[in-house]
Amino acid sequence: MSCYDTLMDYGLRSLGYGERLLPRSDFTLCQQFVLIGSGMIWNVYFGIVALLSGFALATALAVGKASASPWFRKPAEWVIFLFRGSPLFIQFFFAYFLFLSLKGQVPAFDALTSAWLGAAVVLFFNTAAYSGEIFYGALRSVPRGEVEAADAYGLSGWSKFRRVIWPTTLRLAWPAYTNEAIFLFHATTLVFFSGFPASRQQGDALYYASYFADKTFNPFVPYPILAGYFVLLTLVVIGVMGMIGRRLNRHLPGAAPRRARGFGLLMR
Amino acid sequence: MLASCSDPETLSGLSWLMCYLTTGKHIAFYWAFGTVLLLLAVTAPVALLFGFGGAVAARSRFAPLSWLGRGYIAVVRGVPDIAFFLFFVIALDQGIEWLRHKAKCPDWDQPIRQGNDFIVCAEAKMPLSTSAQWVHEVYGFWLAVFTFALVFGAFAANVLFGAMRAVPRPQIETAEAYGMTRAQVFRRILVPQMWVYALPGLSNLWMVLIKASPLLFLLGVEDIVYWARELGSTKTPQFTDYPHGDWRMWYFLFLLVFYLGFTRISEIVLDRIMLRLSHGQETLANHKRTGPIGMNKAGPP
Repeated sequence: MSCYDTLMDYGLRSLGYGERLLPRSDFTLCQQFVLIGSGMIWNVYFGIVALLSGFALATALAVGKASASPWFRKPAEWVIFLFRGSPLFIQFFFAYFLFLSLKGQVPAFDALTSAWLGAAVVLFFNTAAYSGEIFYGALRSVPRGEVEAADAYGLSGWSKFRRVIWPTTLRLAWPAYTNEAIFLFHATTLVFFSGFPASRQQGDALYYASYFADKTFNPFVPYPILAGYFVLLTLVVIGVMGMIGRRLNRHLPGAAPRRARGFGLLMR
Repeated sequence: MLASCSDPETLSGLSWLMCYLTTGKHIAFYWAFGTVLLLLAVTAPVALLFGFGGAVAARSRFAPLSWLGRGYIAVVRGVPDIAFFLFFVIALDQGIEWLRHKAKCPDWDQPIRQGNDFIVCAEAKMPLSTSAQWVHEVYGFWLAVFTFALVFGAFAANVLFGAMRAVPRPQIETAEAYGMTRAQVFRRILVPQMWVYALPGLSNLWMVLIKASPLLFLLGVEDIVYWARELGSTKTPQFTDYPHGDWRMWYFLFLLVFYLGFTRISEIVLDRIMLRLSHGQETLANHKRTGPIGMNKAGPP
């Protein structure tokens, strides 16, 4: 079987298209490349969905935590504490069993027990909490002079936030947020190892990599392939986030793209 | 086991719960928390050691060593840690058995990899197939410690590498002006001074390490996640004296609360240490705490 045939059979296997059975013996290098690559679809899906949806909640959490009113501040602080203070692995397990028992009582929650929705919800809250903390740190570091200048121009309330505070917050937070995005993509590999079932063997890249490692009892082929894919993905994330970062900084004189170090750089 | 628990069917309410929570398996579950704490206590210093080695290698003037250090940092940081865990547990095991095989069975003529099998002679098995169950468990635990240390060592190397560069240049130059050699400058000036710059990163790393500890489960160690799944699943009266429904949600809620408490306590302790160490120093951490310069003027005298 040529590599092209393998690509046709297993290229979209992680979504349920193509060959029904996974290869069982005589594993070729091509099969491993194609299947693990096919699994990357799920990693990219979870990462993008969580990042885009989490961004909105993260902004709300940051503003809430910086708010003077305890009615906004306390809930925001608790959400951030809850999701930053506990391991994502345990969050996945807990959420899965929670969804399972919810489903037992209300059948409408059926979709939440499958990975595509349930895990995405957990990742959404998780990344929102981490990025919320980053944005909160940046929000507090907005230079006083900029806020005073906005006051002097007669801006207030929403327009002051929208035109002055928020753009500066993003600019300050961007290097740390890039880091968060990279770690989020890495965290997506946990999904199928923490309760959420891979129905009909439709899993992510690590799921297929460990499948091959278990079957061939040789970890030296599938895991380096997985590592290669993730290094590529990380480079793409850095590239895209760098482009956005340069756009955010475009009006600043001599704005060199800031390297991801220094300010508020937190790992997860 | 309490004496009053001999006949669980007669119990109800709180006394049932008391007896349920002190069964032999639950005691094993509580001991598993000790396993996790032990892993953290052992891994943290070993990872720091690895990190120190990595940072020193990355700073080396000997190019291949520098590439090795930088490569170590870059590769481990660029790939999901869980992939490393799954990889190293098999790879280390096979590597050790291969080395023992070479040493103990030199006249073995068959290939070690036969298709999908990895075959070494019986004397090279690690641990030996005749050894007791606890030897297997201890061996598995040490493989896990080594894997954790290797992965988190790379993160520590990154932090320490940055901290060494953050030591003010004039300090080094002064030391050189006093005629110290490169090794002396490193030992007497650079290393003592870098810790305060490294501490924010290292305390963050400690939090990351705590939150990675449930991944022990994936390495085949019988840890708290293993027991929570085991004990929480539905039990029927045929197999146990304490039948119950699917309680896994509650067990994992308990783990969630445990970790929240653990990270919170760590955070408070680390903040105290940071305050003590950076006392009177103009570092970023200290700077942040008191706010930008000039903002405290309006306060009471």
